[in-house]
Amino acid sequence: MDTFQFSRPTTVDQAVQLGAASSTAQQSAEVRFVAGGTTLIDLMKLSVERPKQIVDINVLPLDQIQPAPGGGLIIGALARNSDVAHNPTVQRDYPVLSQALLSGASPQLRNMATTGGNLLQRTRCVYFRDTAHACNKREPGTGCSAIDGHNRTLAILGTSKDCIATNPSDQNVALTALEATIQVQGTKGKRNIPIHDFYLLPGSTPNRETVLEPGDVILSVTLPPPVAGAKSHYLKLRDRAAYEFALASAAVVLKLNGKRIEYARIALGGVGTRPWRSLEAEQALKGSSVDAASFRRAADEALKGARPASENGFKVELAKRCIVRALTLSTTMA
Amino acid sequence: MAKNPVESQIASGAGEREKLAPETGQPLLGRVSRRSFLSHVGAAGIAATAPPIFASASPKAAPAVDAPPTDGVKDAVPITLRINGKEHNLTLDPRTTLLDCLRENLNMPGTKKGCDHGQCGACTVHVNGRRVNSCLSFALMHSMDEITTIEGIGQPDNLHPMQAAFVEHDGYQCGYCTSGQIMSAVALFKEPVGPTDEDVKQAMYGNICRCGAYSNIVAAVQSARKRA
Repeated sequence: MDTFQFSRPTTVDQAVQLGAASSTAQQSAEVRFVAGGTTLIDLMKLSVERPKQIVDINVLPLDQIQPAPGGGLIIGALARNSDVAHNPTVQRDYPVLSQALLSGASPQLRNMATTGGNLLQRTRCVYFRDTAHACNKREPGTGCSAIDGHNRTLAILGTSKDCIATNPSDQNVALTALEATIQVQGTKGKRNIPIHDFYLLPGSTPNRETVLEPGDVILSVTLPPPVAGAKSHYLKLRDRAAYEFALASAAVVLKLNGKRIEYARIALGGVGTRPWRSLEAEQALKGSSVDAASFRRAADEALKGARPASENGFKVELAKRCIVRALTLSTTMA
Repeated sequence: MAKNPVESQIASGAGEREKLAPETGQPLLGRVSRRSFLSHVGAAGIAATAPPIFASASPKAAPAVDAPPTDGVKDAVPITLRINGKEHNLTLDPRTTLLDCLRENLNMPGTKKGCDHGQCGACTVHVNGRRVNSCLSFALMHSMDEITTIEGIGQPDNLHPMQAAFVEHDGYQCGYCTSGQIMSAVALFKEPVGPTDEDVKQAMYGNICRCGAYSNIVAAVQSARKRA
């Protein structure tokens, strides 16, 4: 690991100022904020991240989970994944988020990992994590080793000719289905970013993963008021039943009106280069009947644009079945 | 010169020790602890088995120890850590993980280094009463925290009930993962964990046991929970 300067600001303003010295907030940033450390320190040990300065933001007052004015919930950026998952309001009003969080990592990691850090969780693509291989995300212009390499776990939606890395988070899939917004403070003040606009597609710049700029500190994530009468579910399919990343996952929020679907939000994990909202599936569901045929039609729509690589073609059908199953469970479970 | 580099390096390591021997006059082998013997073999083993290509490919090859004691290291930072109720004043290389700090700087080797990437749970300690992977945290991040390690849970003559249960139920084979297993198991007393064996397995999946002592570990955890 390369050495670095360590600082521990006590105010957000100080943290913004320290972060602003970096030339980028994306891959290869010279200044990195550390919260839980579970992604960053792992990648520093692999020399994938080599910051010159570490800014420890753990003493900033950003760990609260509190009601939002006008309904909804504000989750502080430093709220630990375990605290969010076990929060009574989250469990009652946003169970899909609790389920997603508890399906990820391990109890120890969930005690460390934060809401803001999880938003910025990096891909598990083995070529990104191994500096002996070419990777456009880690080192722009070097090529993608995954496209003709081991790509069984990688993305089938939102890929480009330069990158097929999967966004690995469970939390972010649930937050996408819940239409969360992200509060950020930067050098030009505060702003709200809908989660749908927060993540960038890889395109020709897979090293740029989010819209964050140098100095930007994530303050909180706000969930809109829960949709009255809606049911939700997070289903995660993986190679073993625990402690593994998703091959395909689905977060669904569904509201019925009699025998028709009145409201649907569908987000996918494990298959996209970013947490994958499927507007196509949502449109297919709206107004349709609550039955297996409707669910399957929506699943087909969601995967219409899938472009599998050499080893991950199975994910197309897996993701479809994941959507159908999650929808079925959301409508049949109490 | 010995042909086998392992032998030659052990010999040179022993040679250094021999210079110290007159202090006590004890026979050399009697003074080499299991830990110091293994650390010599470990360093030599790496040198002996690494293919030649690595020697030139990486001028900054990782040292055998991530964070040795850091007197005089550039950018070293003073810090006070509170561990098992006792304060320790240290000056640390900022790269020092909490795990390496415990093992290398504070000579508390009860906390184990397994994968060093947050995947195996051998390094589990409690920070402010909650179990975490000490390998994925810099020590400097913990100046205000109360840290508890396996050394603070119990001692050989005064075992924690969970330690006693692991002994009673044979909850280990080689023992390397055991301190992490026990630190996780002790944390379960404060976590929302259901009563069944399946609940315990779910709560303990962040601790890997390559020997596969899982059924005995579950039995130990359940027996300690029932007595608590």
